[in-house]
Amino acid sequence: MVIGLAHYLIVAAILLVLGIFGIFLNRKNVIVILMSIELILLSVNLNLVAFSAWLNDLAGQVFAMFVLTVAAAEAAIGLAIVVIYFRNRGSIEVEGISTLRG
Amino acid sequence: MIAAAAFYLFAAILIASAVMVVTARNPVHSVLFLILAFFNAAALFLIAGAEFLAMILVIVYVGAVAVLFLFVVMMLDIDFARLREGFQRYAPIGAIVGGILFLELVLVLGAWTFADQAEALRIAPTPPSPVTNTEALGLLLYTDYIYLFQAAGLILLVAMIGAIVLTLRGRPAMRRQNIAVQIARSGSVAAEKVPVGAGIRELGIRRPPPPEETRRLAEPAHGEADHGERH
Repeated sequence: MVIGLAHYLIVAAILLVLGIFGIFLNRKNVIVILMSIELILLSVNLNLVAFSAWLNDLAGQVFAMFVLTVAAAEAAIGLAIVVIYFRNRGSIEVEGISTLRG
Repeated sequence: MIAAAAFYLFAAILIASAVMVVTARNPVHSVLFLILAFFNAAALFLIAGAEFLAMILVIVYVGAVAVLFLFVVMMLDIDFARLREGFQRYAPIGAIVGGILFLELVLVLGAWTFADQAEALRIAPTPPSPVTNTEALGLLLYTDYIYLFQAAGLILLVAMIGAIVLTLRGRPAMRRQNIAVQIARSGSVAAEKVPVGAGIRELGIRRPPPPEETRRLAEPAHGEADHGERH
């Protein structure tokens, strides 16, 4: 019972599918959609780290770090947009966001 | 053996908490399960030998991003019951799409092997044993990937400025302290010698000076423009 690369890839695949399922499930709630995106990025990181460990190549971990950076920036900007949207509309339903079109 | 058991334990908790993140009724519970998922992912990173990334994951995600989510969820007064209206309607579509995607991923995984040249194609081979993971990452990040590192810092700066600009709210009704105007007003404020022991009763109640003086001082640019036009 040795842990191989396939174990990590399966876990990451399940996590990715769960993130996409969460986006479908909570179509109105922007905050849960942002959390689902975090889950998807986490699964990507898991893949990068697993490949990096099994190929003995550190570049994968460097990429994972950059993915982490972009994910943090995306969460901050997304939550700021949610806050100002709530301030203007009093609700965070995604369906109404189409009114923002230029 | 112990590593395998730990892997299965952490992976099971990770997937279970991910399920709870997307299905929890209360978004506060969602955020808390997200934190649990990040902790377990960090444990999986540790098992894979990426210690530095595991610690970064705990610090950045649990310490910053998840707490940010928690702040926003608790700060906004959101009617979450209304946001769950289409829950049952969207669940079958999401399950179908997710199932297809998962099947495809498993098919790819089943038919896939490392290429023969994979060993030779490595960009940055992991250094041998005495060099720790953190040290090796630092050696790589500050030399070969220095420009990408700087770009990551720039992205974080842009995100910080963007978040501040987006949420900054100027309130015109609010009265701020304008120190320059406050110091410049000399005509309406004067020190006055009060006889010792007399007290305020003999001098009458003191009122603050009328505000006309300060209003004139607050707009010196306007007066100067008039001055310039006259000449």
